[in-house]
Order: sequence, then C-alpha cells, then structure tokens
Amino acid sequence: MSTASAPRNVAAPDHERRPARPRESRGRRLGRRIWRERSAYLFLAPGMILFSVFTLAALIFAFYLTFHRWSIIEPDKPYVGTQNYEDMVHDERFVQAVLNTLYFTGASVPLTMLIGLGLALLLNQPLRGRALFRTAYYLPVVTPFVVSALLWKWLYNGDFGLFNYYLVKGHIIDQPLLWLSDKDLAMPAVVLMTVWSGVGFSMVIYLAGLQSIPHELYESAKLDGAGTFQRVRFVTIPLLRPTTLFLLVMGIIGSLQVFTQIFVMTSGGPVNRTTTMVYYMYLWAFKYYDMGYASTLAFALFAMLLVFTAFQLRLFRDGATS
Amino acid sequence: MTGVTEEPVASRFVGGAEPVVPRRLRRTRGWRRRPGAVRDREQMSRRAKLGTYLVLAPVAILFVAPFVWMISASFQPMSTIFANPPTWVPDDPTIDGYKGFLNVGTLTESQESQGHGDWRWFANSAFVAITITVLQTFFNALCAYTFAKRKFPGRNVIFVLFLATMMVPGQITLIPNYIIVQHIPFFGGNDWMGMGGHGWLNSYWGLIMPGIVSAFGIFLLRQYMMSIPDALLDAARIDGASEFRIFWNVVLPLCLPALAANAIFTFQGAWEDFLWPLLITSGDPDKTTAPVGLALFVVQNKTDWNLLFAGSVIATLPMILVFLVFQRHFVRGIAVTGIKE
Repeated sequence: MSTASAPRNVAAPDHERRPARPRESRGRRLGRRIWRERSAYLFLAPGMILFSVFTLAALIFAFYLTFHRWSIIEPDKPYVGTQNYEDMVHDERFVQAVLNTLYFTGASVPLTMLIGLGLALLLNQPLRGRALFRTAYYLPVVTPFVVSALLWKWLYNGDFGLFNYYLVKGHIIDQPLLWLSDKDLAMPAVVLMTVWSGVGFSMVIYLAGLQSIPHELYESAKLDGAGTFQRVRFVTIPLLRPTTLFLLVMGIIGSLQVFTQIFVMTSGGPVNRTTTMVYYMYLWAFKYYDMGYASTLAFALFAMLLVFTAFQLRLFRDGATS
Repeated sequence: MTGVTEEPVASRFVGGAEPVVPRRLRRTRGWRRRPGAVRDREQMSRRAKLGTYLVLAPVAILFVAPFVWMISASFQPMSTIFANPPTWVPDDPTIDGYKGFLNVGTLTESQESQGHGDWRWFANSAFVAITITVLQTFFNALCAYTFAKRKFPGRNVIFVLFLATMMVPGQITLIPNYIIVQHIPFFGGNDWMGMGGHGWLNSYWGLIMPGIVSAFGIFLLRQYMMSIPDALLDAARIDGASEFRIFWNVVLPLCLPALAANAIFTFQGAWEDFLWPLLITSGDPDKTTAPVGLALFVVQNKTDWNLLFAGSVIATLPMILVFLVFQRHFVRGIAVTGIKE
C-alpha cells in the first residue's frame, strides 16, 4: 500500500516499501482491492447496464418465453411446459422454413465466395484501373440492403422488369418469366440478388488475404516449374485458408438469418417457398402475436448456428496453420 | 523498377541491369523479354491482360448497371419508367420524384391522394445512426480499455460473459427486447412497474438504446488496446493523470484506426438496419427510418416507382460517401478484425 500522495497502481520500489501490515482477512483484502479499482467499475458501468438489460436479461427472458403461451394482446400468459417445442417438431411449415433456409445458404454462400475469389485473383495483378473495378464490385455492398432488394424486385418484375426485357431480346428465353411469383424461380432469384450484394465483400477480404502472401513463395514455385494454375492451386488456395474460414463462418451465420430480402421481395411466397426461419419467426411474433412460439423458433435457429459453427471450426482446424 | 532479388545498389548502374525505359517506348524499340528470364512483378503478358479485362469488364458492367438504372429512373416521370425499351437516359429529367419522396414543394395530385414519402425518415435515420455511432464508439472504448488494461476483481468473469454472448444471434433477443422496450418504467405513459403505456416503442430511445453496446466491437477494440505498452500508462499515472485522463488523452489517440473502423461499420449497420426499426416504429410513421419507410412505401401505396427510386438514391448516397471518404479505413478495418493470425 502506498501513501496518499503516491500515484495509485504503481508498485513502489523496494526501498520505499513499508514493513508489512499484520495480515487482514481475505474478505477485507478483496473489499480493499475493489475499492481501490473502483474507477474500473465506473468505466464499465454504462456498457454493463445496457448489456445486462438488452442481452443478458433478454436471453433469460427469451428462454422463459419458450415455456409460455405469451401473446401481447391477451392479459393471461399461461405456462405450457414443453408444448411449444412439441408443436415445433410437428410443424410442417417450420420444416419447410428450415429447408428453405438451408437451400438459400447452400446456394448463396459458396457462390458468393467463389465469385469473390475469382475476382480477387484477377484483380491481384498489375492492371490499370484496379481501383475502379474494386469500387464497382463494392458498390452493391455499401448500398442499404432494403434498397438493393427493392431495386431487384423491380428488375425481376414480370411485365416491365429489365431482366425479362433483355433476356427476351437476347433470345435467351421465349416469353417473360414471373421470377418472384414462380414457385421454383423465387428462391434462386433471391439468391442471385444476395450474391450480387455480397460478392464485393468477399472479394475485398480475399484481396487482403492475397496481399499478405509473401511473393517469394511464387518465385520458388515458378522455379520449380509450376504453371499459373498450379501456383494458384498449391500456393494461393492453401494460404488463403484462414480467410476462407472467416468468410465461410460469417457467410453462413449471416445467411441463416436472412430476412430483409424475403420481406421486401417475396413476403415468404409463393406458397411458402421462400419462407425462411427468421421470416417465419417474424410471422409468429408480429402477425399471429404468439411470442412464446416465436421464441422457440429463435432457439431452434440458435441451435443450428451453433452446430454449423462448431462443425466448421473442427473442419478447418486440421492443417489450418500457415 | 522492382528488382525481385535484393541486390547492392551499386550494381544497378553497372552492366547487367536494364535501364528504365518507358513502357510506350519498349515495344517500338523491339525490346523483348529474353526467353526464360524472370519476369519482373510489373509485367503481364498482353494476352493475360486482355483475358483479364475481358472477364472483369462485363462483370463490372453487370454490377453497376442496376445502379445506373436506379439513378436514371429517379429522374424520370412514371410514364417513361414503364416504357419498353427501358430509358437509360431520360429525355427531359424531372425532379418530381425527389420532391414527392421528400414531401417538399408542390406535389402532383396523385401523390397528394395516394401517399408520398417524408423527409423526416432521412432525418430520423441520420440522427439515429450518428447517435448510435458516437455513443457506441465511446462506450465500447471505455469497456475495451478497462478489460485490456485494468486488473480488478471479477474482470475475467465479466469478460467471458461478454464473449459468450457474441455467439448469440440478434434474432433471439429481438422478441424479448421488444417486450422489454415496451415495458421501460416511467416512459411513454408507463408506471414504475412498466405497465400501462407503450414505453420506448415509437420513440428514438427505443431505436437507439439497444444498439449502443456491441460485444463484438468491445472485443475488437480490446485486441487492439492490448498492444499499447503498459509503461506508457504507468508513466501517465506517475505524472498524476486521472484514469479518465489517461483513457482520453493517451489511449484513444493511439487507437484511432481501430476506432474509425468500428465507427464506420457501426454507422453502416445502423443506417441500413431494418428489422428492429420496422418492429419498433410500426405505430408511428413520423419516427420511421429511411429503410423501413422505403419498404413500407411499396406495400402501402399503388407504388409510385419514380418516388421510390428517388428515395432509394437518397438512402444510398450517405453510404457511398462514407465509403469513398473512408476507403482506406475499410481495408484497414478489415485487417484490424484480425483475420490474419
């Protein structure tokens, strides 16, 4: 312990140390340390208070909700045990929503990453106008998602959408397609829009990854007689492994939670073919006012996210050293 | 002139080193790479270049075309938007769409009758996004500094608690947060038990408060602050600086890159956030943010697409500006996130 005038938190040099005090109880010592570091708690307070209310309390409350029938409009909110979970397992629309979400994820994430990687490889060469291309591909990323969705809703329009016009004009299709109201085309259409707005991000991340690969590796590969393709295959791709993992985890987490595109472009239709998990949750909470069941759906989503993330981390752990 | 191998400077001017010849002259003089010589990093074969451009350019056009269309359509009257073939360059540009969406000037009769946008939506968006950005950056930095540089009882427990919740998707807390916000005591006609009113629903409070703390942001900033040497802080302590002074005058200036990255991403996220404002402001169109206003505009009106495109352009502009101004920070921000081990 230092004297009052000495600064706090700085260990006093040996010759200034006082003879040790008689030992005090552990509780007292802890209390004294807490008091001495009181400013630290003060610094944490604002963040902690908000965090406790909107994250911790909310989590516990969400779990509590899953065991109740909780409607905003009805005064009594009875305890129903595991009824919500049982309902969920037998809910055909929920199964459909899970499958739709998996379909969406399985289509959009790999596409976004592959196209992003391809563009990054091409842009990682000494070209004129690199910055221009980079900006062009990144524009859709900075566009607010709602705006992209609205814009594409228009492009897909059956009667006067630009897609149909140019596809018919180019004789790629015979008659206009009803993109968003055809049950087999709606989800691919949403995927296409999502890929368009995500490619720029994965490209920029891959570019950052490419810049960090030491040039000497390419030199030595070249001396060993590796062609361009082999250099990409045996030098670039293995060294981009951490980047790929990052994009994969982020991409899957993001796309399992897809909502905005669905809300704006298809409203879950046609015949529930584009109803995703979050959209389905939204319906139950704010259209049918059953907060309990909606929370149960949210926990199902959470469980899926955990499984996916754990699986990927395991998948990439072996040999992820660079 | 980037030599691949490190060589002593002198040898560059002695025989063996090629003189620097402008690229334009090389071809005319018939300078060719000796077969088998190592190509230096600045060269690409012409065929490779052409191939690359042949891929990059069409893709770029596909990516930019929807934008060009959006901007073009925002200056067209309804009649030409629906025209076949599509009009890429409007004959006589009009700003009716912008007027109608911002609800300024005189509106056309159809707009008066079937609905128009509101400039308030953009004001709300700007206010909410800026407030969240400023507060979040400040509080995140406070927490991050405390976790990174202070030792106090319970530090690790609290930090682990934070980290554990980083995995939780926002959708889980969405529904409980809605109910919590509805029952904030003393606000919006609620009593001390949080009953009887609408709490923070349809208010800026509800839009801003839940967005202020981000476990992810705290984690990133903490990683960055760990690299600040303790000796520096101790020196400040010996000089008698208060803890807050150290934080404000020593730590923050050193963390500017990380703070900027955090602020940019937060601003972007807040500006285009959709689901939360949609739920919170459903009862009061005056408190709605731009994305929600745009999306509901399509649902509620027999859509005036020229208004909608105008609104879309206005909603996109701030994002593009932020991106162009902070382009370097974007890449650095991504680097700060520490993908590379």
